[in-house]
Amino acid sequence: MLQGQEISRSEKVTGRGTDAPEDASVQILDAAASSAIAADRAPRHALLAVPLAAAVTLGVHLVVSKKEPLDESRSYTIFLTLFFAGAIAAALTQWRWPAVRARMRGLRPLFTASVLLLCGWELITSGLRLLPLPYFPSPGGVLQSMINDRALLFDSTWHSLVLLLGGYGLGVASGFITGVCIGWSKPVRYWGMPLLKVVGPIPATAWIPLAMVVSPSAVFSAAALIALAVWFPVTMLTASGISNTRTSYLDVARTLGAGPRYLIFRVAIPAALPSIFVGLFMGLGASFLTLVVAESVGVKSGLGWYVSWAQGWAEYGKVYASLVIMAAFFSTIMTLLFKLRDRVLVWQKGMIKW
Amino acid sequence: MVAPALRLREVAKSFPAADDRQRQCLVLDAISISLDVGELVSLVGPSGCGKSTLLRLIAGLDVPDSGELMIGAEPITGPNAERGLVFQDPNLFPWLSVRRNIEVGLLARGQLREKRGEVEEFMRLVGLETFADAYPHHLSGGMAQRVALARALINHPKILLLDEPLGALDAFTRMRMQDEVLRLWQSRRTTMLLVTHDIDEAIYMSDRIIIMTQRPGTIDQIIQVPLDRPRDRSSSDFLRLRGQILELLHFAGNETSLEGRTPIR
Repeated sequence: MLQGQEISRSEKVTGRGTDAPEDASVQILDAAASSAIAADRAPRHALLAVPLAAAVTLGVHLVVSKKEPLDESRSYTIFLTLFFAGAIAAALTQWRWPAVRARMRGLRPLFTASVLLLCGWELITSGLRLLPLPYFPSPGGVLQSMINDRALLFDSTWHSLVLLLGGYGLGVASGFITGVCIGWSKPVRYWGMPLLKVVGPIPATAWIPLAMVVSPSAVFSAAALIALAVWFPVTMLTASGISNTRTSYLDVARTLGAGPRYLIFRVAIPAALPSIFVGLFMGLGASFLTLVVAESVGVKSGLGWYVSWAQGWAEYGKVYASLVIMAAFFSTIMTLLFKLRDRVLVWQKGMIKW
Repeated sequence: MVAPALRLREVAKSFPAADDRQRQCLVLDAISISLDVGELVSLVGPSGCGKSTLLRLIAGLDVPDSGELMIGAEPITGPNAERGLVFQDPNLFPWLSVRRNIEVGLLARGQLREKRGEVEEFMRLVGLETFADAYPHHLSGGMAQRVALARALINHPKILLLDEPLGALDAFTRMRMQDEVLRLWQSRRTTMLLVTHDIDEAIYMSDRIIIMTQRPGTIDQIIQVPLDRPRDRSSSDFLRLRGQILELLHFAGNETSLEGRTPIR
């Protein structure tokens, strides 16, 4: 398999043709980059896409913002100018160094499209005023609210992070333990499975009224609710992964002298890990949802609280600002979990498609 | 007199029938075998005659209904590292590298620290030292089966049970692996019990061939293989023995051909 890749790679390198630049920079390229260059058949003027889009967006903004108050549009103007300058610098770098060009190739359309999206957003909001204010502020307005309220936003993000990690960690730990017990032991399975099947599907947020009554503090009950939301999928998929361990793996291990501890910790759990990770991903999604809901009804801090608070004051710029932060925040955590899976399940590489 | 490596007396085993759970279906009946230390014995018979079940009983993974199974002077009570088992599917743990797979037995018995050096030795023995850090799905069928053999042998089992270990390999790899197993057997003098569908393989490799009957599996005949090693697959003695066994199996299979294969006369 590896050899196959090696061959096709060298074919690409030798088949690169005569239009390859002969300058010294070619020598510093690693093999992967040079194969990508071979695939980069796009002419160099494709490099203009991002700067051009940035220029258009900046131009539209300069025209439109004449109608807007200066303080609201200034930071966005600076942002777009910086972006435009960055795009030109990036294009020049890529024009000079093919290695960088090859690496950035896949990102170019994405950057172009997202800049144009900002342009379209500004056009239909403050440009043509197609959408009613204050519900749909312009990108400049959102950026300005983000900057004005940065201290509170940072504080909210921090509180959300602590609450999320606390609840998720608790849910994963308890779900893993119950999942292994249910998956491994027949008696535990007999009593645990019906309970799991009946109680588990209740959305964690439905327990909010009870949590408010029972728990001493809102933060604690929110953490417990997030843990509950995570616990169900993690338990379910851990249990199914453990109980579906191939019997032949267990048989082989037993004939090699393995005792029960070895069978659980070194055979069943590793064999169940792919399934456990599915549970971790599902749990993470559920934890985001529960976090935001719990924060907006009970807890007096965090991004969920911030959204409903800003909405109460009809400051929609702030609502969108916190949505942008949430997107970055949640997707970063999701990416970290993906990275963790790539490390832990490295043995699956080449076996299945992720 | 030296005690036999393995002794089975009047072993019987039944399973609940597939169509009717109330009814017991007799799979093995009146099995009595004795293997000498260092002997390589093959077990052949029509499919479904309980060969694999017999191996599982010896491995201790199943419990017989009646009869006596002894390793040396000890009765078999459960799975133990002294009885290695290699399946047709190598069943390597996909999450462990080749080296770690071979280490499993040592780790499971808490001997990894003092015997770590043996891991290298066994990887060399099966010629896989360059693949130490590869994961099983990068290995070919023959290589994976060699890892499985090394993994079983590192425990120094008193007897190695082989359940069609070469059954999934192509003809060339299979012949090479037969020599490989013979080499391991000769160098280590491990007692081996080999289940196979391949009569040539049984004749090529074993000291004795046990022929079993159709369900319930009983022992039909035990044939000595009087040929010197290395054996020539095309010698007239080899071919005569082959014809003889095929005839027996044809009879044992109640006039149905073995595995859809027409016996050659």
